Amino acid sequence: MPKDTGIGASTKRREDVRFLTGRGKYTDDIQLTGQAHAAFVRSQVAHGEILSIDTSDAEKMPGVLAIFTGEDFVDVGGNPAGWLINSRDGEPMKEPKRPVLAHGKVRHVGDAYAAVIAETAEQARDAAEAIAADIKELPAVTNMAQALAGAPFVHDEIATNQCFDWGWIEDNRAATDEAIRNAPHVTTLELVNNRLVPNAMEPRASTGDYDPGTGDYTLYTTSQNPHLTRLLISAFVLGIPENKLRVIAPDVGGGFGSKIYHYGEEALVLAAAKKLGRPVRWTATRSESFLTDAHGRDHVTKIELACEKDGTFIAFRTETMANVGAYLSNFSTATPTFLHGTLMAGNYTVPNVYVNVKAVFTNTAPVDAYRGAGRPEATYSIERVIDKAARELGLDPIAIRRKNFVKPDQFPFTSAAGLEYDIGNYDALMDKLEELADFGGFAERRKASEAAGKLRGLGINSYIEACGIAPSNLVGILGSRVGLYDAATVRVNATGNISVMVGAHSHGQGHETAFPQVVGEMLGIDPASVDIVHGDTSKIPFGMGSYGSRSLAVCGSAVVRATEKVIAKAKKIAAHMLEASEADVEFAEGNFTVAGTDKSVSFGEVALKAYIPHNFPLDSVEPGLEETAFYDPANFTYPAGGYACEVEVDPETGKVTVERFTACDDFGNVINPMIVSGQVHGGIGQGIGQALLENTVYDENGQLTSASYMDYAMPRADDLPFYTVDHSCVTPCTHNPLGVKGCGEAGAIGSPPAVVNAVIDALQSGGHNVTHIDMPVSPSRVWAAMNNA
Amino acid sequence: MYAFDIERPTTIADAVAALGAEDAQALGGGQTLIPTLKQRLAMPSKLVSLTAIPELKGVCVADDGALCIGGGTTHATVAAQAAAHYPALAALAGGIGDPAVRNRGTIGGSLANNDPAACYPAAALASGATIVTNARQMAADDYFQGLFTTALDEGEIITEVRFPVPDRAAYMKFQQPASRFALTGVFVAKYADGVRVAVTGASEGGVFRWTEAEAALSADFSADAVAGLSVSSNGMMGDVHGTPDYRAHLVKVMTKRAVAAA
Amino acid sequence: MATIKMTVNGRERSGEAEGRTLLVDFLRQELNLTGTHVGCDTSQCGACVVHVNGEAVKACTMFAAEAEGAEVVTVEGMANPDGSLSVIQQAFQDHHGLQCGFCTPGMIMSAAALLKDNPKPTEAEVRHYLEGNICRCTGYHNIVKAIMAASGQDVSAVAAE
Repeated sequence: MPKDTGIGASTKRREDVRFLTGRGKYTDDIQLTGQAHAAFVRSQVAHGEILSIDTSDAEKMPGVLAIFTGEDFVDVGGNPAGWLINSRDGEPMKEPKRPVLAHGKVRHVGDAYAAVIAETAEQARDAAEAIAADIKELPAVTNMAQALAGAPFVHDEIATNQCFDWGWIEDNRAATDEAIRNAPHVTTLELVNNRLVPNAMEPRASTGDYDPGTGDYTLYTTSQNPHLTRLLISAFVLGIPENKLRVIAPDVGGGFGSKIYHYGEEALVLAAAKKLGRPVRWTATRSESFLTDAHGRDHVTKIELACEKDGTFIAFRTETMANVGAYLSNFSTATPTFLHGTLMAGNYTVPNVYVNVKAVFTNTAPVDAYRGAGRPEATYSIERVIDKAARELGLDPIAIRRKNFVKPDQFPFTSAAGLEYDIGNYDALMDKLEELADFGGFAERRKASEAAGKLRGLGINSYIEACGIAPSNLVGILGSRVGLYDAATVRVNATGNISVMVGAHSHGQGHETAFPQVVGEMLGIDPASVDIVHGDTSKIPFGMGSYGSRSLAVCGSAVVRATEKVIAKAKKIAAHMLEASEADVEFAEGNFTVAGTDKSVSFGEVALKAYIPHNFPLDSVEPGLEETAFYDPANFTYPAGGYACEVEVDPETGKVTVERFTACDDFGNVINPMIVSGQVHGGIGQGIGQALLENTVYDENGQLTSASYMDYAMPRADDLPFYTVDHSCVTPCTHNPLGVKGCGEAGAIGSPPAVVNAVIDALQSGGHNVTHIDMPVSPSRVWAAMNNA
Repeated sequence: MYAFDIERPTTIADAVAALGAEDAQALGGGQTLIPTLKQRLAMPSKLVSLTAIPELKGVCVADDGALCIGGGTTHATVAAQAAAHYPALAALAGGIGDPAVRNRGTIGGSLANNDPAACYPAAALASGATIVTNARQMAADDYFQGLFTTALDEGEIITEVRFPVPDRAAYMKFQQPASRFALTGVFVAKYADGVRVAVTGASEGGVFRWTEAEAALSADFSADAVAGLSVSSNGMMGDVHGTPDYRAHLVKVMTKRAVAAA
Repeated sequence: MATIKMTVNGRERSGEAEGRTLLVDFLRQELNLTGTHVGCDTSQCGACVVHVNGEAVKACTMFAAEAEGAEVVTVEGMANPDGSLSVIQQAFQDHHGLQCGFCTPGMIMSAAALLKDNPKPTEAEVRHYLEGNICRCTGYHNIVKAIMAASGQDVSAVAAE
């Protein structure tokens, strides 16, 4: 029987009520008294030298309060990259300064070089248009191969356009090369992992506020991690002391990575608020979001799979160019390296892996982590080349994967890409997939499709990801400038209800419902009496935020540790109340009981006592009942899964429709199955979007030609089917207290290769010798592939 | 958006008078114009909203059997009220944009804008419709003059569109996956005196008649009749969603499907 | 600036608007009804859908002046008179039809318009009707399921959770 409360229950989300009634409070919903509005002047050209900026006309426009240009920020710091990557030769990566406003040069369309503050948003936009800038257009580069070949240079001081040339694991390079040279069969695939725009439905927005009486700043912003934003603004950009800067991320309308990062607009509204002594608001239009949100993916990869004729894998070798855009966004250097290269062994016992990644500057928007971040790129490369190899060798695509899976008795297993997988059971996932996806019925379904003039294909995929980001010790070795622990405070109020302050930020993930399920279960109380507080640096102890499927695995573990501390202290108080030895007091189902007796006090009674400490053993116990824990994980977690997709292809138009989609995931233990399924659904939707619809295209001049929903194809309800998802295959994570692994990114990681494998299978079944089509597998591309094959 | 005044006249005469002002512009349902204004791609001094004019709205059947649709009639109204008289036209209207867009967007606005990927121009041209304005009547063949260009004069308002009702007709749209406009849409209409085929979404010149197909279908109204024809990719649009070759191919495929569905 | 009057969620309301003031901005800024959202500038995402004179429209693609005298209903007016969730709202909660909540007001308004015209829509009809409402979180699975459930149909057979 499913539980109806606590861990494992599909508790309905409490946050839904405010969202369903229009009472959510997103950044743009919060109106501060005296609020002024900012508008940015953005480059129309991809690359240009700023010769002059004349603001005189704009200054005279109605409602204008202040104008800023890059000149105003030359003395403050740049927005940094969070990870320092070294090239194969030991050379540190190139990290050009990323200023609040462009100064000297603009480097991508949308690069802001001035800002106007006015009484209303429209007045600010009117005046922004009146700023006359003389920008000498320079040749631009958007293609990575061209960028590596020479001029033009995005940054004059980086006369290669290369950020780094990274090898993983460099010591394994020679052995991998040798293994591939001697292999009986080598399958090679060149592919593009298409550039995506994250497109959280809430556009970015920020409001800066400054109190001249105290010198305190407040920033309301669309962030997945307010503490990280505060840290970056304080330590790197504006130098505002952390204790003078409060960052509030209220309700946030989706992030998917794009709201992890600190952006210049946040610094600008703070500086403007200080200058004017008034709150200053900026809200992006969708058009601005397209031009300036950090994009995702954008890899060009050549992968080789060496294997025996029976399909036993010998080696994977990849060469990848990863676009970082014009500037380094905060996680941009980690995404193509440690979130990608380390996963290049997949779920397999392959003995040799070597990954080379060249990160390339181009005159495009910055590229950074987007749902999955590096792991979708790794999975796509691996799982596409395996499918191609199976076809070349005449092997069943499931059998070739099973042959190479890490087996349950091999865990903990150190992969050839260097990660230690703690636990998993990939065969069990594939068994479940075969059952739920009804592979047995596929031949009949294909026959029915063919009778209707359609081609039908079945594609499968197995993935592994590294989540629960991340052990600070390990990421420190790998170049991270920060630690990736998280924190929680459990505050038991005198009347027994509880506030839990968490570092994770919920922007759709349902933390306000799921975390209380954990605390309620541990304390034996109704989860409804537990409230989650998040998204405000003045209220929560610290936190690194939500991304990398880390909220529950890392912050949830901190919640457990803090709750354990609360129980430990409460036990001391209970022992005093029960006049018993602490060692004799047991805690179960919300009651402290002296073992072997009926003497008992409830958790609520203990809470009250903690705050009314009459006759309290003050020498051994402090009043109050509030505990904080910081949790730093011992390892990544390793969710894994098997996915199957069935498509129909209209051979006349090339249009692909997804007919069936099945996802079997091992997320370890599950706190709220309803929420977990929802996370998988959303990831699949985005993954199918990447596979079939979404494409981010810059022309050779650096203009973004897919800059609105008129040209960027967002998945709609009628593009997608109902999905079958399952998370009943459970191997609990071995190193965190809840045994959880994280579920937020899996769908986006596991689905693209399944879709493309299915399309290739369909085309092959129709006699078209098509071995690969780059994503998005759009109708025109499928039609062209059929007609060229 | 740039600043402008907005007026809501309640008669055609008042609307025409209001449009006499310098840089005044008519506002139909606004589903194209308002996004354009947001991008600051237009700078009217005054918008004259046509949504409060009762005489511009409605669907009726004329004595000669033609279906008459007021220029200010929304797509949703056409979808509902034309269904009994001209099902292919009603279906086309019911497939424009999305439900909320259909509740605002109007046939007059669509035809006045003449977006090269819009649906209504294909219906008007294939039906040999008459475009009626406050000043005159125009045959569809004379009205469409290329990308976003029509025979309308400044300040002229489409008051009505008259569609001769064909014996058989169908519209087949292959959607551009992002905008959901027609990547290629073909409207086929069979009248007693011949078949007309109009194509939207495909050509750099906007909506056009595929005369070879008309001839073939007039002789033999079957999907097979167009099987032997080929469409040149010369002058077809090319973009991230489809090459000129692909669009040329779709013209034929959608024509066949429209004939089959008619 | 002109004074615009309309009935919003059953109450007479008025506020100041320029010619260029969109209905959505009027609702959000003048009337402080911030449940209606803006997610794009090309009239496609549907986060701003409200009902004007009983019809679903995109409040970002209509001027406030055009709603003079109209009956407007926003998501704030959708709960039952006693404040409890309406059938559609309750179905969205029961079936986890929302995550970040940003597209949700538009989804609720579109769902209500659909069920008014088509009380028992098929899955395909629901999906087609939502063509103008973009959600980035849910993959639409639970939105479609919630709307079908709100129409009184049994959705227990719908795949998985």
